[in-house]
Amino acid sequence: MKRFSWFNATALTLGFAFLYLPMVVLVIYSFNASRLVTVWAGFSTQWYAELFRDQEFLDAAWVTLRVAFFSSTIATVLGTMAAHVLIRTGRFRGRTLFSGMIYAPLVMPEVITGLSLLLLFIGIGLDRGVLTVVLAHTTFAMCYVSVVVSSRLATFDTALEEAALDLGATPFEAFRLVTLPIIAPAVISGWLLAFTLSLDDLVIASFTTGPGATTLPIKIFSAVRLGVSPQINALSTLLIVFVAIGVITASLVTKRAAVQRAREERAAETTS
Amino acid sequence: MIDEAANRRNAALMIALLVAAVYFAIRTALMLAQTGLETPALPVHVAGLVATLGGFLALLNKSDPDQRRAFLGNAIIGLPYFWLLALFLVPFLIVLKISLSDVALARPPYMPQLDLSGGWTALMDFLSQLDFENFVFLTSDDLYWKAYLSSLQIALIATFATLLVGYPMAYGMARAPKEWQATLLMLVILPFWTSFLIRVYSLMGILGNEGLLNQFLLWTGLISTPLQILNTKIAVYIGIVYTYLPFMILPIYAALEKMDESLLEAAEDLGCSRLEAFWLVTFPLSRGGIVAGCFLVFIPTIGEFVIPSLLGGSGTLMIGKVLWEEFFNNRDWPVASAVAVILLLILIIPIVLFQRSEERARQAGK
Repeated sequence: MKRFSWFNATALTLGFAFLYLPMVVLVIYSFNASRLVTVWAGFSTQWYAELFRDQEFLDAAWVTLRVAFFSSTIATVLGTMAAHVLIRTGRFRGRTLFSGMIYAPLVMPEVITGLSLLLLFIGIGLDRGVLTVVLAHTTFAMCYVSVVVSSRLATFDTALEEAALDLGATPFEAFRLVTLPIIAPAVISGWLLAFTLSLDDLVIASFTTGPGATTLPIKIFSAVRLGVSPQINALSTLLIVFVAIGVITASLVTKRAAVQRAREERAAETTS
Repeated sequence: MIDEAANRRNAALMIALLVAAVYFAIRTALMLAQTGLETPALPVHVAGLVATLGGFLALLNKSDPDQRRAFLGNAIIGLPYFWLLALFLVPFLIVLKISLSDVALARPPYMPQLDLSGGWTALMDFLSQLDFENFVFLTSDDLYWKAYLSSLQIALIATFATLLVGYPMAYGMARAPKEWQATLLMLVILPFWTSFLIRVYSLMGILGNEGLLNQFLLWTGLISTPLQILNTKIAVYIGIVYTYLPFMILPIYAALEKMDESLLEAAEDLGCSRLEAFWLVTFPLSRGGIVAGCFLVFIPTIGEFVIPSLLGGSGTLMIGKVLWEEFFNNRDWPVASAVAVILLLILIIPIVLFQRSEERARQAGK
């Protein structure tokens, strides 16, 4: 039985304190009655109330959610197709270019991606707004989705699909009935990843947005440049809480699914 | 046996219906995205989408299997391919083109404009007007040199600092009791999902002159006047270590976790001290993880914008910030594009190195 050594315990405690303390402080100070960050003036939820009265923040939140929903959904469809092409399709013209274009956006600095998309939108005369941000987010998110999905696609046996084809399924049926259920966890986590990437993006959204399409990160950034504000603390706390609940639920669900599958496999083994 | 002509007609119809379906889908999505459910034209477009999609699927179902397979195969390759060409490659070529143009007081603010209706002569004329002036300008003004060098320096130092903080944590995780490891891993990954911007912002309240860190240091009596940390390079280093730490921990943990512990026992049996065993056995075995972690931190930090603008103050020069200001404040699009092109050229070296080391690791693993 392994135990924590004092060195490991210290390293982990200090490390996790460093990772989480700033966020914990943020959450605590969002309940501070004083406007100043330095003084604790008692517990209050006034900044939350003020936040929910601020129409600009609510509008920005609504824009952000819509952008994230549409871009992550389109990105999941395109990214899954791209992953399928990368893993299951053999040689075709321009394959190297295709895989290059899938991986390049992952390492491109956001300022370059943002700048180049903006210059494209201006070049083709597309008015900037929600649509252009959705297009921009879809483009970089689909690359992340395809990386997540293709790692899952690469690890499972093609014999399963071939068996389905031999038994008379069309390729689409084979995908829908065999492949998709197996890669579903990866597709779902790809969607979630795309959604959070879109929620979080400041740089690309700033380049590609237009009047009436201010997203939450842009709003936060312009408010934060002026310094620390309790209203932003409240907003950040809400976002942190949502994400934490989401991620913990998702991990519990996948854990339960894994346990369930293991149990079914064991049952199948004993009956056969 | 379905005859050739019917087959071809079928394929043409299918493509037409698919294009129409994509059009309706985009229009529907747009209306939902821009105005919500109250648009009067929305039901028309939803109906159009359903009808064309239905027609397409019916036709697809009727056509013969080989043709269907070929058509679907092409569509599956074509759609993401086309998307990436249009929204990744073409935009980048536009940046390249504009970096070779000149600033102009016009809309859009650069010269020359390509006018394809002018035909071949217009194209040649356009090409002859492109020049490397912006790149010459970048070398003549030391602001840009300094910004590139300072970005590289900040990225290097910050990567090293992240390694110093991340390694002991990854080591501690790999050596932790098995039943703890999933939880610890979850704790490392969780910050990935929380907003990057908010995590950088949370540091502002800690590092400020009246922030918690200074208050704490004053309270313990270690310092008598507040330290200036926010708006210095130190704050940028802290910010990078803080936000990129998971990128460093995860690959090192992955390398250490695979390690066979009997190797350590063997080293100790052969007379190594704990520390010697670490240096001679554990550390070399985790080198792949270290290399991967360092690149994963180094590559994105070079172009970083959020951290230097929120924590670095006006004194910190980083190229991502310079590009942003060149574009939004000075409205000098050609120079901003040239800055982007050189930034990308600088990044290609570490990326190629990274790919090579990955390739080598894969071959060593086989």
